[in-house]
This record gives sequence, structure tokens and C-alpha cells, in this order.
Amino acid sequence: MTGGATRLPAVARAIVDGDRRALARAITAVENGDDSADTVLRSLYPRSGHAVVVGITGPLGVGKSSLVNALVGRLRSLGQTVGVIGVDPSSPFTGGSVLGDRIRLERRADDNGVFFRSMASRGAAGGVAAATREVARLLDAAGFDIVLVETVGSGQVDVAIKDIASTSIVVVVPHLGDEVQTLKAGLFEIADIFCVNKVDLPGAELAKKDLAELVTLGGRGSGWAPAIVGTSTVEPPVGIEELWSDVLAHEKFLDATGERAQGERRRLSAEIVGFARDRVGRELMSRLERDPALRRLLDDVVARRIDPRTAADRLVRGGRRSR
Amino acid sequence: MAKARAARKRPIRVLIAKPGLDGHDRGAKVVARALRDAGMEVIYAGLRQTPEEIVRAALEEDVDLIGLSILSGAHMALFPRILALLKGEGGHPIPVFAGGIIPDEDARRLKKAGIRAIFGPGTSLDEIVTTAQSLVRPSA
Repeated sequence: MTGGATRLPAVARAIVDGDRRALARAITAVENGDDSADTVLRSLYPRSGHAVVVGITGPLGVGKSSLVNALVGRLRSLGQTVGVIGVDPSSPFTGGSVLGDRIRLERRADDNGVFFRSMASRGAAGGVAAATREVARLLDAAGFDIVLVETVGSGQVDVAIKDIASTSIVVVVPHLGDEVQTLKAGLFEIADIFCVNKVDLPGAELAKKDLAELVTLGGRGSGWAPAIVGTSTVEPPVGIEELWSDVLAHEKFLDATGERAQGERRRLSAEIVGFARDRVGRELMSRLERDPALRRLLDDVVARRIDPRTAADRLVRGGRRSR
Repeated sequence: MAKARAARKRPIRVLIAKPGLDGHDRGAKVVARALRDAGMEVIYAGLRQTPEEIVRAALEEDVDLIGLSILSGAHMALFPRILALLKGEGGHPIPVFAGGIIPDEDARRLKKAGIRAIFGPGTSLDEIVTTAQSLVRPSA
């Protein structure tokens, strides 16, 4: 390693060296937005970018957690290490949550090749928590080969996983709806792979056929036609090896076509702008609250003398001129 | 300042697990639900967990608290093992509370061994929630 390796802060060093407790605590700090998270994330960023990050999404009850468990088993048999993030919803009323994705996990308790972390969505829309991307990055920097992100049981518009994962698996089951459902915007647009789980149930062939038809209607123009795979996680499991080969095929496609680099640039520019927007927003808000001239501007809007859009123009301009 | 406030308001994370071989988890689920409604993030680890699995889960999830539910009668074998494993991890051991069918004499010995609170049948959910909160934040 280069000189940078020696300058890692202690916590970051511990994470890179495989200290699982340090990793777990850093994840908590990232979730809570603690100041200590900032240092760790900044220093570990250069070490990330090696893991394959795979999203597993789909409506509630389709078997995402069981599929994750099956994939973990498959990956461990291939000698790959796996970090898993299981996201479940927080209550909009109390903020509490029950995180139950862990119950499907079967592994040897002494297997250090797996790290499983449950996350509550904490009010974020889109199917993942605000901190999920950065937690995935920590697992990546900690050296896990594969990071699996299981979303909240998703609705039709919960597509935030595509901003985190390089391959997204959309899981469905037979009888979720007719073929028109597959045409609807949102969730079905982000699938790199369609997984028809519980393929042992009646109706599975029809579900696969509807998806196959959807795929022939054409995609997002990247040239990738989403794979369709039937799986079952009841004994004996079906399709798990095929599911993972499809993930690898998609990853290979990303490399061969340059889509990976483009996707990375898209995701990272959105992330940079997101952080910048938060920061500028906070700054403007505090100015609006503290600067007497700007408080008068707010008075004018309250009194209906100025409209909010005009006031926003002045706020932004005032910001540039301010001493 | 806002950040410090937010940091203090972070939800308590608690692991609810059933060690051993009994398959009756209604009690664990009722408690999980009550802690959820009190604003906690409850990691439900499910049935038939070994002490090793429970401790592993607690560390990965970085929980503030562990709740064990047991009806099988194996508490005198399993609980001390869990406490020993937690101690072996070093640092401040994560506080553990328990519920289920645990005779008074055993409860006394388990408390001496380090289980912080033990709830028998008929305990109110309010009492469990309040105790759980005070185990994590004694000052609150």
C-alpha cells in the first residue's frame, strides 16, 4: 500500500483490519449522523469500490430475506465474503421498528465471512435508509467481496436501491397481478434481473411469461435485457446458482460496455449534489433566521408583500453578497 | 446544537432473541411490539438461537440492550453462557434482561450472575418498557 495507509485514523484502521465491533459501531455512528462517522467515511472512501453491491427489492412477503440467506450460502460456498444490510420500515408514528430480516439467516456462528446488519428506514422514502449507501460503503471498505442490500418491502415507486447497487434484483411471486402491472412505471423499470420466487407455486409460469413479454418490449437503452429466473428457497432450493450467475453476467456487461463507469459517475454526482444541497440549505436556513435584513424579507412574505419565489431569489443573491 | 439534540434522540437498539429449543415466541413478539411502540429499533432474531448466535448478532447489530425469552427451562444453562460470551468480548458488556418461565430461586441466581432484570408472567408491558429504557439510559 501507499503512504496513505499509514495515515488512517485508528477506527478506520481497525475496520480495515477486520475488527467487527469497530465496524458495527462505525455503522451506528453513520446511521446517527455522529461527528465521528465523518472522519471514518472520509478516510475509508479511497478503500471502497471493490465490492459488488447487489440490491434485492420487491413487495413485502415475496421472500427477499430467504433469498438473501440462500445467496449468502451460495456465496460462502464459492469462498466469497458477504456483508448484508437488511432494511425494514420505521414507524411514522413512533419512530420505532421491528427489524426481522435476520431471522432467515442461517450460518455458522463463528463464520467471519458474513456480516449482517439490520437498518431501520428512519423516515426515508424509496425503500432504503438515508445512510444505507454509506453503510454499504463501510462494508465494502472493510473488505467484503459482496454487499447485499435488502430493501424495505417495496411499493411501486421505491427505486432508491438503484442509486446504491450496481445490480438490482426485483423479486416477485406468482399472482401479483396481470401483465399490465408489469408495464407500470417505477419498480419494474429498475430490474436488472427479475426473480420469480416461490416458483413451486401455481402461476409461476404465467408470471415468468408476463415478465418475458415485458422484456421483449425493450429496455432502458443500455442494451441489457433483464434476465428472468425462477427460484424457490424451500428444500430443495431452486434457481439460486442461476440467480447468482445472472448477477455476474450483468456485472460483466457493465464492465464490457462502460456502463459501470457511467453509472458510477451518475450516482456519485447525485451524491455530491445531495450533500452540497443539504449543506447550502442548512446555511441559508440559519441565515434566514439570524440575519435581520433577511428576517424582514420573511416578514414581507408573511404579510403577502413579496412572494416566496422572489424572496428565494433575494435570499440566494443576498447570500452571495453577504459579508 | 441541533446535531447534539439529534444524537441524544437516537433510538435505542435492542435485540430480542429466544435461546434454546422451545418454539413458543408469542411472548417475545408481544415484547418486541411494545418496545417498537416505545420508539425502539427492535432486532428480532427469532427462534432457536444458540448463545453464540445471539452474541454474534448483538455485536453486529451494535445493540444497546438484549432481551431473552425462554420457556424451556434451560435458562440456567443458556443465560450464564450468553453472559460469559458477552464478557469475553471485552469493553462494557451489553445489559441483558429476560422473561419467560423462570422460578424465583433461579431468577435470584441469574440476577446475581448479571441478568439485569427478569420478568415473569403477568408483568405489565409498561414495566418492561420502562425498565428497558432505564437499563440503557439510567439518567433518563
